[in-house]
Amino acid sequence: MQRETLHRLLRDMMLSRVFEERAAEEYTKGNIVGFLHLYPGEEAVGVGVINAATPSDYIVSTYREHAHALARGVPARNVMAELFGRASGMSGGMGGSMHMFDRERRFMGGYAIVGESCPIAIGIAYGVMLRNLPEAVICFFGDGAVNQGTFHESLNMAGLWRLPVLFVCENNHYAIGTEIHRHSAIPEVHKRAAAYNIPAEKVDGMDVLKVHAAAKSALDRIRHGSGPQFIECETYRYRGHSMADPGTYRPAVEVKAYQAIDPLSITIRNLELKYPTTPELAKVGADNISRLSAHMLNEGHLEEVEIEALRADVQNTVDDAVAHALQSPQPTMDDAWRHLNCNRHHEILI
Amino acid sequence: MAQELLYWQALNRAMDAEMEADDSVFTLGEDVGLYGGSYRVTEGLYAKYGELRVRDTPISENSFTGLGVGAAIMGMRPVVEIMTINFALLALDSIVNAAAKIPFMSGGQFPMPLVVRVPGGVARQLAAQHAQRFESMFMNVPGLRVAVPSTPQDAYWQLRQAIVSDEPIILLEHELLYFSKGEVDTLADPPPMHRAAIRRPGRDVTIVSYSRMAMLAQEAANELAKEGIEAEVIDLRSLSPIDWDTCAASIEKTHRLMIVEEDSKFGGVGGEIAATLGERCFFSLEAPVRRVAGLDIPIAYNGALEAASIPRVPDIVEAARGLHKFVQ
Repeated sequence: MQRETLHRLLRDMMLSRVFEERAAEEYTKGNIVGFLHLYPGEEAVGVGVINAATPSDYIVSTYREHAHALARGVPARNVMAELFGRASGMSGGMGGSMHMFDRERRFMGGYAIVGESCPIAIGIAYGVMLRNLPEAVICFFGDGAVNQGTFHESLNMAGLWRLPVLFVCENNHYAIGTEIHRHSAIPEVHKRAAAYNIPAEKVDGMDVLKVHAAAKSALDRIRHGSGPQFIECETYRYRGHSMADPGTYRPAVEVKAYQAIDPLSITIRNLELKYPTTPELAKVGADNISRLSAHMLNEGHLEEVEIEALRADVQNTVDDAVAHALQSPQPTMDDAWRHLNCNRHHEILI
Repeated sequence: MAQELLYWQALNRAMDAEMEADDSVFTLGEDVGLYGGSYRVTEGLYAKYGELRVRDTPISENSFTGLGVGAAIMGMRPVVEIMTINFALLALDSIVNAAAKIPFMSGGQFPMPLVVRVPGGVARQLAAQHAQRFESMFMNVPGLRVAVPSTPQDAYWQLRQAIVSDEPIILLEHELLYFSKGEVDTLADPPPMHRAAIRRPGRDVTIVSYSRMAMLAQEAANELAKEGIEAEVIDLRSLSPIDWDTCAASIEKTHRLMIVEEDSKFGGVGGEIAATLGERCFFSLEAPVRRVAGLDIPIAYNGALEAASIPRVPDIVEAARGLHKFVQ
């Protein structure tokens, strides 16, 4: 994998972690209100999948979507401002934490009805098919959504009509407080896709490289006309379902076990071990050996420092996002009416 | 060019015209394709436009309506047919939580050029699960538009207008109107989609109605005219928004308001109309607003009981007489 891709994955995950922890802090201060579903623990899934997509692909997300938006390249300022309900937020302060949209980046929204992302994703995919474009739609949902009718109905139609959708199950094992063995007759989520003739695989959702690789090859297959693909990413959320949920239903030992395989630390560890091998150095040729080896060794040598720099960078980004959100104006009722009437431009009204 | 068409044929012509004009228009629903549509509205379109644009769906109302929502936000103009309004209950999440909300909650980033066509109303002995109306339920959802064509001409105009509109529109088609006949001028300029029509001018009583009941109101008005009572019949054509100005202007003239609706009275359309016009026209009204509506009971299979559960022409005539005679 390209070194810069690795760096991007790491940065996106670090940004997501710092952003979310800060959001929790701002929530306790009262700057963010309502429902706030946070992503720590699950970063490898959203970051891995979204970085495997091209700008022309569509993303349909859930109510736990801040990190998805960040990974898609939405500036942290706009994401934070939306959490603060400000006019400069992604959705003008109308949507909040659970309803983030960015038309330009084909970020087609976060939906707060469990399982609702599925029909919307197949609808976008149907449009892509009608237009005969080489685009794919990424549909996120959690393990709780797989018991909704919309999940089954939509997978059936996607399988039937070979729609270009990548279904991504973020399996964090809990439908709010109900553990998967208590809510699913078949806890291996990916097996359900077989009922609709959709190829599926299970991926270690704590390992961003595995997620990224699986998503990339699935998206490639979709673009080559394979029809829908399905990946189940097994992951874990370190916090409760939302800020209103302390998550006390989970055994402490389980939380600790998943913290031990924190996707962030794994990625950092992998990056630190990226030294060129002797054959790689030999392949570059004699003239470049000394230069490249010096460069790569320097990279290795500077790894810790680099990570520190990255940490400082994402911290600054998040601090700046909060400062921006605090300064942003509140939307007015006029704004609200304007948004409601955004689609009435072609019509003569009474 | 005016020609006589059945209501379903008018809808069919409208679909055909818009599908021909714009290849982003497509339709989907249960049996709309090969079968030709339960009420023949999509007849011939499958052969002409192919299965991609005239898509037979599995029986999955919520998800194929949601499919329409997704297609609409990526730039298509889907026309979703839900076989009857009774099944639309299964699609409420897609209609209410998605279609009506996305333009707003995205901060105005996404239009919603979605049409949901739904046959409904009390037809002929279809029993309680197939004889519902639900207009007031959709009216209670900000962000949705509700159109209720009663004539073939309006069916033609309003479906075409709904397809080119960027708003989510529920088109409620009455099952007993599909085989009603009327003149359709495909070249005439239509009135705005949500403008009410005065079907019959009159000076004594204003009867506000819509869909099939607007037809019955006209029959009742003809009866009343024989007794010297001139009723003005307003066909709303749209239930969200409602053309209040046309109603208010009529009340200025007649000073008496009656509302005729097929849906159950309690919490129904008539309650909203009576309240709004009562607030607005209080000083013009010379009698309490009168509602003639369906009874608050599920519709029985038995034909006589079914007929007795919704307004009939004599019910409207009698109520109008009473309203006309009323003195303070």
